[in-house]
Amino acid sequence: MNKVTQQTITYREAVRDAMREAMKKDERVFLMGEDVGRYGGCYNVSQGMLEEFGEERVIDTPLSESGFTGCGIGAAVAGLRPIVEIMTVNFSLLAADQIINTAAKLLYMSGGQFNVPLVIRIATGGGKQLAAQHSHSLEGWYAHIPGLKILTPATVEDAYGMLGPALEDPDPVLIFENTLLYNYEGEFFNDGSTVDISKAKVRREGSDVSIITYGIGLHKSLQAAEQLAKDGIEAEIVDLRLLRPLDDETIFSSVSKTHRAVIVDEGWKSVGISAELSAQITGELFYDLDSPVERICGAEVPAPYAKHLEEISLPRVDDIVESVKQMGGIYG
Amino acid sequence: MGEFKMPSLGSQMIDAKLTQWFVEPGDIVKKGDIIGEIDTEKGLIDIEVFEEGTITELCAKEGETIAVGSVMAVIDGQKENKEKTKPKAETKAKEVTTTKKAKKNGEQKGKAEAKVKERGSARPKASPLARRVAEDLQVDLSKVEGSGPEGTIHKKDVEAFAQEAKGEETFEKEIEMAEHISAEEAPKNMRQAIAKAMSQSNSEIPHYYLESEIDMKVALDWLESANGKRSVKERILPPMLLIKAVANALTEVPELNGFWTDEAVHIEEGIHIGFAISLRQGGLVIPAIMNADMKSLEQIRGEFVDMIMRARDGHLKSREISSATITITSLGERGAEKVYGVIYPPQVALVGFGRISHKPWAVEETIGIRPVMTATLSGDHRATDGHTGSRFMEKLNEQLQHPEDL
Repeated sequence: MNKVTQQTITYREAVRDAMREAMKKDERVFLMGEDVGRYGGCYNVSQGMLEEFGEERVIDTPLSESGFTGCGIGAAVAGLRPIVEIMTVNFSLLAADQIINTAAKLLYMSGGQFNVPLVIRIATGGGKQLAAQHSHSLEGWYAHIPGLKILTPATVEDAYGMLGPALEDPDPVLIFENTLLYNYEGEFFNDGSTVDISKAKVRREGSDVSIITYGIGLHKSLQAAEQLAKDGIEAEIVDLRLLRPLDDETIFSSVSKTHRAVIVDEGWKSVGISAELSAQITGELFYDLDSPVERICGAEVPAPYAKHLEEISLPRVDDIVESVKQMGGIYG
Repeated sequence: MGEFKMPSLGSQMIDAKLTQWFVEPGDIVKKGDIIGEIDTEKGLIDIEVFEEGTITELCAKEGETIAVGSVMAVIDGQKENKEKTKPKAETKAKEVTTTKKAKKNGEQKGKAEAKVKERGSARPKASPLARRVAEDLQVDLSKVEGSGPEGTIHKKDVEAFAQEAKGEETFEKEIEMAEHISAEEAPKNMRQAIAKAMSQSNSEIPHYYLESEIDMKVALDWLESANGKRSVKERILPPMLLIKAVANALTEVPELNGFWTDEAVHIEEGIHIGFAISLRQGGLVIPAIMNADMKSLEQIRGEFVDMIMRARDGHLKSREISSATITITSLGERGAEKVYGVIYPPQVALVGFGRISHKPWAVEETIGIRPVMTATLSGDHRATDGHTGSRFMEKLNEQLQHPEDL
């Protein structure tokens, strides 16, 4: 156990610390994935862990997402607590069969005999000029699947605190880490504390509009809220934290207070998590809404490589600000 | 399908004669339209509809005497004739809200309106919340101008509209029926009405009377300093203070605020203070300031001035002259020293204020000269006893010794 101190650390370090704490605490926990060992992780998250825990517990796998995710499922069913790292969500599609057809369904198909206590960490999101095959936000797809829990830590505290409860969960949990967040810094107590992974969180209180978002969208929304405040509009920011199951209670209570909802999601708009949120809000709170639910999402194109194009293909702070300002009845 | 019934313009009114219809079957009417004239003891009164639609039947005939609550006409509220009525409603809506913040979405709004007309749609574009609020506040959405994109109506638009409507108490339109006391007819009919009410009062109500002299120095000093910053028009006058003091005292002694009907006293929750206004042409009217206990002195001042002006022009609303729960009569600067009033039935009390005059007054151990006013209470002994009346007078005095709290 490290000494308990308050310090400023990066999101990357928070994820690493969480894994190290978990592996120290429980010898069933191990990490496997592409380049997690000798290379220290594609995003440098597991730097030094091979040296600390050895080859048995920090395993470099072949480039076969389906294969090593399947190994993870087998290990979990057999009693271990694997953390599988998938380099990017686009590559997770190669493991989709294992995730969706096996991990998510085994408990059901075995008549309740086999839980799959597996944690899969997946890097997600664009903004790093990695082009159309490495830059998407497909977490919403997985949120479609019964049997999975989908977590989206957006803060250092959650990056650290969510792993513990995820490992303790008897069923498969997917944690989506936005690659741009790895360098984010935040104040943090490394006291081994965990967080509640069943609740969304209001990150900023406001009375005029609810901006509902997750992951990198949280940080853009918080910046937008500061700008809006200069115009006298107080935005409430709801960090979803988990996309499945959605924490309806927190979402509905915010929107029924502000009477307006804007959803910020880097994923594509059509048939995405933003559509689901909009439908739920509209269905539940129809008579409380003072304007239509707005969605600010990624442009419906393959992620462009060119910097200026990629920038405009993703929700920007200004997009959020403008969208809120144009909502009917928002002023006064 | 709605029925237009003979309105009740006071507890004394049993029926009235329809003198004239101004409409015929097939005519389209909207809220606030005057559709006929009735002859009552209060004079000829214009009757207004508070519904929109087409007159399908006139059940009452001219010259016929009709009991209160009887059906006079049938109005079909279906909007089959919306093309004709719509433009009117729109112009009206504009008149009401043009002063408001049309700025931001001005251009879009123009387009939106054009679109609406093209489609001939009568359904205003309003958010679900705005609709819910409109229902709560009984606001007609077709009159509200939306501030949102394409002229959509949002909650704040509805609230602003309701606020404005309330603030202006626009007597020319709106839900309530307005009555227009025609000036020439007033004296004769009014005398008869007064005669009837007062005879009934004196023959039926066993009055008891209490009187107290009230030192008005504190109240007048306070008025003087409060008025120091105000223009002549905006000054708070003693009667306004008295209305508020009576209202507040009634919250502590509610027994005097109510009606004697069906051989029992019915205490009213709302405190609506009627105050007698003498008319130049003779006679008097007693409009009420509704819920005076809940209103600030400033609000009462505004309503008082407004009502006096309208009373003298003969533009009081039926609601205003039929809902007082107690009456005040104040004789003013040139009035008599004291007034022992006759209760206006079915009320159970009347408060009288004489003129304020300077008198020798015991101040602590010496004699001083103080402005003193005699307040009297006429109470209905069936409803209350002198003890209750005394408590009221005491509370009234307390109120007037602390004008800053009023």
